[in-house]
Parts: sequence; structure tokens; C-alpha cells
Amino acid sequence: MQTPAPFDYAKATSVADALALLDKHGEEARVIAGGHSLLPMMKLRLARPDALIDLNDIAELRGIRIEGNEIVVGAMVRHAEILSSAILAEHYPIFREAEHMIADPIVRNRGTVGGSMCQADPAADLSAVGSALKGTAVIQGAAGTRTVALRDFHEGPYETKVQAGEILTQVRYPIRPGAGSAYEKVERRAGDWAVASSGVFVVVSGGVVTDCGIGLTAVGADHYCAPAAEEFLIGKAPTEENLAAAAKIAGDSCNPVADQRGPADYKAHLAYELTLRALRRAARSSQGA
Amino acid sequence: MQVTITVNGVEHSRDIEPRMLLVHFIRDELLLRGTHWGCDTSNCGACTLWVDNEPVKSCTMLAVMADGKAIRTVEGLANGAELDPIQKGFMECHGLQCGFCTPGMMMTCRALLDGNPHPTEAEIREGISGNICRCTGYKNIVAAVQWAAENPATSEVTA
Repeated sequence: MQTPAPFDYAKATSVADALALLDKHGEEARVIAGGHSLLPMMKLRLARPDALIDLNDIAELRGIRIEGNEIVVGAMVRHAEILSSAILAEHYPIFREAEHMIADPIVRNRGTVGGSMCQADPAADLSAVGSALKGTAVIQGAAGTRTVALRDFHEGPYETKVQAGEILTQVRYPIRPGAGSAYEKVERRAGDWAVASSGVFVVVSGGVVTDCGIGLTAVGADHYCAPAAEEFLIGKAPTEENLAAAAKIAGDSCNPVADQRGPADYKAHLAYELTLRALRRAARSSQGA
Repeated sequence: MQVTITVNGVEHSRDIEPRMLLVHFIRDELLLRGTHWGCDTSNCGACTLWVDNEPVKSCTMLAVMADGKAIRTVEGLANGAELDPIQKGFMECHGLQCGFCTPGMMMTCRALLDGNPHPTEAEIREGISGNICRCTGYKNIVAAVQWAAENPATSEVTA
């Protein structure tokens, strides 16, 4: 039987309350969202917090809404809500495509956006989506609120810009009229972590790519993105040749490690191929096809 | 820590450690052994039950997180002596062999049908992708869900 080591537990009723509870319980306190990454780590004693502050009852961390030209996703929004969101489906089909392949429907009922972002697993799908869309994280602490670009949010595996005494409260994505987006993932079996994934958005206007974002996960891409490939594509026509050249730059920029999910050269090849497939579909969709 | 959790319509109050997992609360505190305890890693789905009408893997939720919530377990599926259509479907279509995955599988399938009364085979297969069955190859489980979809209960049962 796997049981976590003992800890104190408190249910927060608001963000202010959660911050006060974090302060009260000290540096070894942690917030818990869906718990589907943290609790397994606690069972294995890979994590051993003194106290858990439960965010599940905080209404202000819920909801997906449009504010100005941004889509705002609360940190406690569940994967299942991302999957069924009409707002996200309208602006960014990449979310729906990614979510269909994240874990399984029951885990998606509990797992959250904020939990996934803050767990910072090197194979997290939502981190690739966030980097592709060049979103922003909103972090709140006793000193106030600050924003961090999602491309700067992750310091490395399992490390983020969220400091002790702070909470990720929102993730915000800019709306890009006319953008097409797509997500491609290879997994060994339904619900597994990615062998490799690529998610992109593309805006095609006047026959050329005017804006794009490429996100990658599980392949050792810095900050889950491929900026050199994006730069290459801007101003060029979305021809098969140009998309393949961009995908090649993305694939070459990765640094995958061999593990039980496959050898490094296979993963690098997947990064190229999946990026190409995603770019093709996103470019086609931006052109109304 | 004091918690009050409603399970299958009955309120239970207990003093528990925060580290107690919901599956052990249900099985060892309330002695409701229908909810199975399987992989302990949120992969197999044997421990699936409902928290406020949503299927959850109870090995990966703390019991204290369910304080004040309404739980429904496999024991709450039947309406008295009248089995739920999903239970009848598993019987009619031989949807189980060893039965270990069955309680979690049925809780998932009941929720699937509540949200989508006429799922396609692909929707059923995606719906049960978080519940692992080592015996059936899933064919008869899919058939059981289809049977339940075609033979819905005449009166709605909720916990």
C-alpha cells in the first residue's frame, strides 16, 4: 500500500486565504490542485511537503473567459473543461486536439491547467500548447501580481518561476483572428505521456505566413518551443517545401534523450514529422480550408 | 481531522488523518468493498467512483478533499433490488470475467451514458480508456454499454 508521509492539511477559500495559509505553514507547504501529479509523488516519497493547501474550493481560480483580446483560463480549470470549452474550440482547436490525448477521461476530471503547468513535466502537453501560443502566466504572491511569458515560465524539468509563497492564478492566451492551430502526438498507448508531441498555430495572410508558434514536448526543446523555425517561416508562403524546412529546423533544435519510450534519433524524427503535420493542418485551416 | 462525506445518500462523519486516500476511506472506514483498490497510480481505474457526479480515481484523491461532497459508489448503482441498466448490460453481454475492473468500469460507463445516452463505439472506447480490463479484450464491455444505451431505466436513480 502506498501512503504519503503525514502532513497538515487546510482548505483555502480564496487566493488571499491560500497565500495566508502558505505563509503560515512555511516553506515546506505546497498547494494541491487536482493532485494527479503531486499525490503519486508523495506516495513514492519523491515529494514530502509538511502541509498541503487545497485550492479546489477557490471559485476565483475557475472559469474560461475572454477579456479584451485574450482568453483567460483559471489555474483550477480542469482538463475536461478545456476539452469541452466552446471558447477554446472556436479560437484554438489545438486545445481540443491536445486534451483528447492527455491521460484519460477520468484523470481529466481532476487534473488542472495550473497543476500541469507548475508540475513542469518535460513531457507535458499543455506546456507545449502554452509555448506554441505564446501565452502568459499570472502569478500572485503577498507582494502582488506579476506576469511571466510562458516561454520563460519553466526553469527546467519540474521547476518554474513560481516562488515560495506564490500561486499561479491564470494562464492567458492572445486571440489571433484567422489563426489555424493543430496538435500532433505519438504515444505508446492511450493516455500515456508523449513519445513526442508538436503543437502549432499559423496565421496566413496575403499568401504568406504572418505569425506562427511552434511548441514541442518530450523532445528536450528549450522552453518547449522552436523559435528559429518560427522565424524561418514568417514572411514565406506556406508551401510544402517551406513547411518541411521549418519542421526540419524545429526537429534539429531538439535534444531528446533515449528512454523506454524510444531512442533519441527516433524522437528527433518524430519532432520533425509531427511539426510538419501540424504546420500543414494549421496553415490549411488558417486559409479557410 | 473531522470530515463529513455523503456516500450513496448516507452521511458519514469520521476523524481521519489528512493522508488517508479516498479509496481507503471508502473500503476500510465505511467497509464498502465494492470499490476496488488496484494499481494505486491512477492508471487502472478499478477505484473509480463519483465525486459530485463526476468519475474520479479514488486512489489519487485524499479523503479530506471529499469533505462535504457527495460520493456514489458501485453499491449505489442499483435502485433497491432493481439493477441499473449498466449492471444488467454487463450481465447480459458477459462484460466481465474476473470482475476486478467491473465496479470502476460500471461507474465510468454510467457517467458516460448520463452525459451521452447514445455513444458511438469510438466514444465508448475513449470513455473507458482510463479503465483497464485484463480479461475481456473490451469487446463485451463495449457491447454491455451499447445494451444499456438501448435499454435505459424507466426511472432515474441518483445518489
